[in-house]
Amino acid sequence: MFLNQFLLLAAILFCIGVYGVLARKNGVLVLMSIELILNAVNINLVAFGAYWHVNDMANVSGQVFALFVIAVAAAEVGVGLALVLLIYRNRQSIDIDDVDMLKG
Amino acid sequence: MLAQLLTFAWSAPSLDYHALAPEIIVAATIVVLILLDAFTGERSRWASSSVAGIGLLLALIPIATLAYDGVDRVMFGGGFVVDSYALILQALFLISGYVVILLSTNYIAEGDYHEGEYYTLLLSSVLGMMVMASARDLISIFIALELVSIPAYMMAAWRKRDQKSNEAGLKYYLMGVFASAILLYGMSLVFGITGSTLLVEIGADLGSYVSSQPIITLGIAFVLIGFAFKVSAVPFHQWAPDTYEGAPTPVTSFLAVASKAAGFVAILNVLFIGFYGRNDVWEPLMWALAALSMTVGNLIALRQTNVVRMLAYSGIAQAGYILAPLAVAGASLGTGGEALRSIVVYLLIYAGMNLGAFAVVLAVARKTRSGEIKSFGGLFSYAPALTVCMTIFLFSLAGIPPAAGWFAKLSIFSSLASAGTASGYVLAVIVGLNSVIAFGYYGRLIRVMWMDEAPDGDRSPIKVPASLSFALIITMAVTLVWGVFPGALTHFTDQVTLFSLLR
Repeated sequence: MFLNQFLLLAAILFCIGVYGVLARKNGVLVLMSIELILNAVNINLVAFGAYWHVNDMANVSGQVFALFVIAVAAAEVGVGLALVLLIYRNRQSIDIDDVDMLKG
Repeated sequence: MLAQLLTFAWSAPSLDYHALAPEIIVAATIVVLILLDAFTGERSRWASSSVAGIGLLLALIPIATLAYDGVDRVMFGGGFVVDSYALILQALFLISGYVVILLSTNYIAEGDYHEGEYYTLLLSSVLGMMVMASARDLISIFIALELVSIPAYMMAAWRKRDQKSNEAGLKYYLMGVFASAILLYGMSLVFGITGSTLLVEIGADLGSYVSSQPIITLGIAFVLIGFAFKVSAVPFHQWAPDTYEGAPTPVTSFLAVASKAAGFVAILNVLFIGFYGRNDVWEPLMWALAALSMTVGNLIALRQTNVVRMLAYSGIAQAGYILAPLAVAGASLGTGGEALRSIVVYLLIYAGMNLGAFAVVLAVARKTRSGEIKSFGGLFSYAPALTVCMTIFLFSLAGIPPAAGWFAKLSIFSSLASAGTASGYVLAVIVGLNSVIAFGYYGRLIRVMWMDEAPDGDRSPIKVPASLSFALIITMAVTLVWGVFPGALTHFTDQVTLFSLLR
């Protein structure tokens, strides 16, 4: 099993995603960065799932978990894009650093 | 591979419909609400809130019968458990959901809002919380958490044309989704090390050789940090004040009470069943989160001028108190049980007193159209009953008898002291100091209400709608009865325990 390579790829994707969420200003790109983190999770889950599946054929928890993550991520991004659209309609901009009316 | 999988004997899990009845009733109510909204249109607008409220109350019936039955029911290989812990929290979520409906009825009906959808989303979120109380598996905890959160993102941005509400929703969404992503990464590591998503099996593995793997530390820390965002513990709290201020006030009360309680329930489930053997990892983390949350929350609350924002920071500080017993929960099984019970007691009392405070804020804002502390000036001269209610709720939040808050604080102190460790005593002292600081801003609001003049000299009385009065009566009854007779509460919470503590 080449488990390490998958975990390394997932860790790199996770780091890129976290950087994107923290540093990007564009709302849509922040959503994409979150998708990167979720995909890192999926790679982890499927890699670990395959690893455990070899020892115990009945263990498919990792793959099932990954399916749930994909489904929920789609629902989350649906809501997120709706919110970004709402912001765009009211302000004609999706720069999330401009959204700063509430402070204190 | 698929062929191999199909050769496994597949048997349908046996379902205990009695144990699932509360969730089924709430889910059926959601379907009825959607159909009602789709087929009757404008004529049925008034009915949505009634149907939603009745659905939540009906779901309490099977909870009562299950509690009377008193048998722990385990389903799906241990992934879904209905025991006294789950039942008492499900009752908490149902009743606080019902109170939020009472708070929302007039607010949503008078605004230009979509009523049917609002109650559908509210009930979906409550359903997620109920599943969370029973979930004993990483996958079901994750699904429950998302079912709680996704409707809440939409509810926070409910006033579509109000830019503040948009901002509240966006900030809540970005922080919430980021937190879930970090949480999931942690869960994937925990699954990878232990090879199971069942908390019981994870707990068994972490108590043995597997726990020496360094990566499990990272997994546990990521999972707990993800939940720390949800309960708005410092330093992961930045979204909370903005979201609470911008969101419609009934939604704020829902987020501050029910949604936060769901986050704590998730923390309790994973800590006590899954990660209990690795208290060397989570105890220092919880200690730091608790101490920071209460201190930073209280200090920033001191200089707030908006009541909702002040309550938001007060909620951050209260989250610190609730996390405090977890900092010593790993000392022994006895201490762990004590910590668990004190947190459940605190969550129940916190729901009563905080929802009550929000009900008064809503009632006053109906007249003044403002959330500023100044707008509460002279409240006693034209709304004495509301003033007395608010004073009792604030006394309760500050922990002054006879309102229930004192008992919640006492149980936190006693669980911190029962550990008998230096870190427990130090944290107890920090809790004590913070209770004093907190009285600074609760007391200031009380002084404004009783002593100051009405800002614009307008002393016309406030018309409190029936639903708001009913919500005030429920929360006031709970706050006073539990404060004067704490036995009425401990009678239920004394039996609360989590699975791993029995082993």
